[in-house]
Amino acid sequence: MPTNYAEVEETLRRIQSQKGVQGIVIVNSEGIPIKTTLDNSSTVQYAGLIHQLVMKARSTVRDIDPQNDLTFLRIRSKKNEIMIAPDKDYFLIVIQNPSD
Amino acid sequence: MEIVHVYTKLRSEFGRQYLFSDRPTELLVDIPPDPSLAMQFITKTPRDQATQACREMSEHQVNTERFESESRGLNHMEGGWPKDVDPNDMEQTIRFRKKVEKDESYMNSILQLGSVMDHYIRQNNAINIYQDYFTEDQDIDEGQEAPSAKTINVFRDPNEVKRTVTCLSWHPDGGRKLAAAYCCLEFQKSSKDLSPDSYIWDIENPNQPELALKPASPLVCLDYNPKDPHTLVGGSYNGQIVYWDTRRGSQPVELSSVEHSHRDPVYKIIWLQSKTGTDAFSASTDGQVLWWDVRKLNEPTERLVLDPGREGNLDRALGAISLEFEATMPTKFMVGTEQGLVVSCNRKAKTPAEKIVCTYDGHHGPIYALHRNPFFPKNFLTVGDWTARIWSEDIRDSSIMWTRYQMSYLTDACWSPVRPSVFFTTKMDGVLDVWDVLFKQNNPTLSLKVCDEALYSLRVQDNGRFVACGSQIGAATLLEICSGLSTLQKNEKSLLAAMFERETKREKILEARQREMRLKERSRSEQSREDDTGRDADGDESPEQLIARAEEDFYSVVEAERKRREERHRVSTNHSKP
Repeated sequence: MPTNYAEVEETLRRIQSQKGVQGIVIVNSEGIPIKTTLDNSSTVQYAGLIHQLVMKARSTVRDIDPQNDLTFLRIRSKKNEIMIAPDKDYFLIVIQNPSD
Repeated sequence: MEIVHVYTKLRSEFGRQYLFSDRPTELLVDIPPDPSLAMQFITKTPRDQATQACREMSEHQVNTERFESESRGLNHMEGGWPKDVDPNDMEQTIRFRKKVEKDESYMNSILQLGSVMDHYIRQNNAINIYQDYFTEDQDIDEGQEAPSAKTINVFRDPNEVKRTVTCLSWHPDGGRKLAAAYCCLEFQKSSKDLSPDSYIWDIENPNQPELALKPASPLVCLDYNPKDPHTLVGGSYNGQIVYWDTRRGSQPVELSSVEHSHRDPVYKIIWLQSKTGTDAFSASTDGQVLWWDVRKLNEPTERLVLDPGREGNLDRALGAISLEFEATMPTKFMVGTEQGLVVSCNRKAKTPAEKIVCTYDGHHGPIYALHRNPFFPKNFLTVGDWTARIWSEDIRDSSIMWTRYQMSYLTDACWSPVRPSVFFTTKMDGVLDVWDVLFKQNNPTLSLKVCDEALYSLRVQDNGRFVACGSQIGAATLLEICSGLSTLQKNEKSLLAAMFERETKREKILEARQREMRLKERSRSEQSREDDTGRDADGDESPEQLIARAEEDFYSVVEAERKRREERHRVSTNHSKP
C-alpha cells in the first residue's frame, strides 16, 4: 500500500516536537542531506562527518561479528546528544539536548 | 620338564554315564623355585617418558616500528551530488531533494526509522543515564595510597650526536612549555658536528620541539623570564650571555661581547626581580658573578669576584657552579662553588669586600645545586658529592640535616613548590629520589629509576605535580608525581618549622660545646707550656722511646692473651677427663 507523503511529514513533526530536540537531518547513502531543520552549513557538516562515522561504526560491528549489524548510534557530548538511526539507504540524525 | 596327566578308559566303558565323586584335594605337581634362574634376569630401570600429540609451536615477539602520526583537521565541503546536479544551483538541488522525497523506499524507511528514533528520544527524556548516583562515596581517603610517580612523556634530542640536558626551565605561564639547554659538558669531548641548538618543547608533543634556539656556542643554562614569558636568557659554553625573544624566532636577539663575558662556561643564570624586569645575573667557574641588563648586553652592569680573602683577586677566586636567588629577598643571594663552599652575599653592600657576607663549608665536591625552601627562606638545600644537606642561615659550621652517603653522585636537587617538606634529587645512576623529611629521613620516600644513564638536571613545575629531569643522552623525561606528594598536608608547615628549629638548636648547642672545649684546650695547653719550662726532658719523648714503649705494651698484651688461652684450655681438658 503506498504510504502517504503526509505520514512522513507527520512522523518528522512528531519527533521535532519532542522535548529537547534541537534539529533533525535526513541524509542519504551518498552523504547528501535530503531534509533538514538546521541551517545549511551545520547540515552540510553533520551530513559529511556523521556519514563517515556511521560507515566506520557499521564496519566495526560487522568485522567483529559478521552476523551482527548496527542498529543505532548515540554520541553523547557535553552539550547535547547526537542520535543516528541508520538504514540501508538513509540515516535519520536527531540532535537532542537531554536536559534533566 | 613335562607334566603329563594320563587318563585311561576301557573301550567297553565308552558311552556309560558319568559318575562324579568328590575326593579331597591332591597335590599333583610341586615345582619349587630355582634361584639360579634368577641370575639370568636383567633388571631394567623404569623410565618415564611423556608424550603429547600436538603441533609444535614457537613464541615470537614483534614490536612494530615507531609510527609517527600527525593530527590534521578536515574541512567538509558539499559533496556526493550526482553528476547532473550542480550543488551551487539552488533550483536543481531543491528539485533533486523533492524527487527523493517522493520515492517509495524513502517514505518507508523514514517511517520505520522515525518510530525507532521516537523510542530513544523518549528514553532520553525519561531518565538521565549519566546521572551521578553515588556522589557521597567519592571522597576516598587519599592518605593510604603508596607514593608513586609515572612517566608522561620523554623528549629526546633530535640530533644524531646526543648531548646532555644541562638545564631545564619551565614556562612561567602555566608550564605548558619546557625549555631545555643541551651541551656536552665533558672536557674536550665536543666534536665539530655537535649541534649548538637548544630546544623549547611543548609538553603535549614529544616528537618535535616547538622552537629551536640557535646560539653560536652550546648553552649550558637557560631561564625563562618570570615577568615576560616570551623572553629567555641563556649562558653558553664559551662564557657569553645570550638573549632570546621567542616571538622573533630562533636566532638570538642579543649576545654579550666576548671580552666582557665570562672566561669559562656560564653554569647558572637567573633573572632578577627589578622594576624593568630586564636584569639577570650569571655565575661561572672563572670565579666571577656578573650582573647584566639584557637591553645592553655588551657590558655587565656589575661584577663580583668570589675571593674568600675579600680582595677581589681573580687568581684566588672560587669557581661558581650554582646560584640561588629568592625574589622575596632581592638583596641577598648565594653562590655554590666548585670547592664545596656556599658563599652568601649581599648585593647592596657598600664596598666589594663587604659583598661576601659569610661562607658555609659542607661538601667535599662542587655544589651542584642550591635552593632555598620556598616556605622557609632561612633554610636552604645543597647538593654536592654524595649527600644532600639542609642548612640554616644562622649556623655557619655545619648543616642542620643531611642524608646518608648515597651510592652514587648527586647531581641536582630542588624543593617542591607546594609541599615544604618534600624535595627531589637526581643521581648519576639515573635515579630520581623524592624525599619527604617529615615522613622518613633515612631514605627517600620514593625512588624511581628514570633511565639507565646519569641524570643531570631537574626542575619541578610550579604546581608541584610535574617534574622534568634531563639525562646524559639528551632525553628529558616528564613525570607526574602522585597527589599524596604534591598536595599540602595539614599541619605540615608547623611540623616542619618545629623540626627545623629543633635541628638548628641542636647545632647551636653543639657549636657552643665545641667552642667551650676548644677554649678549655687552649687554656690547658697554655698552662702546661708554662709548667713545662722546668720539666723539659720528661715532657718530650723522643721517637725511640715512644717505639720502645709501644713494643712493651704490645708484648705484654700478647703475653696476657696467651696465658688466658692456656688457662682456658687446661680448664676444658680437666672437665673432659672423668
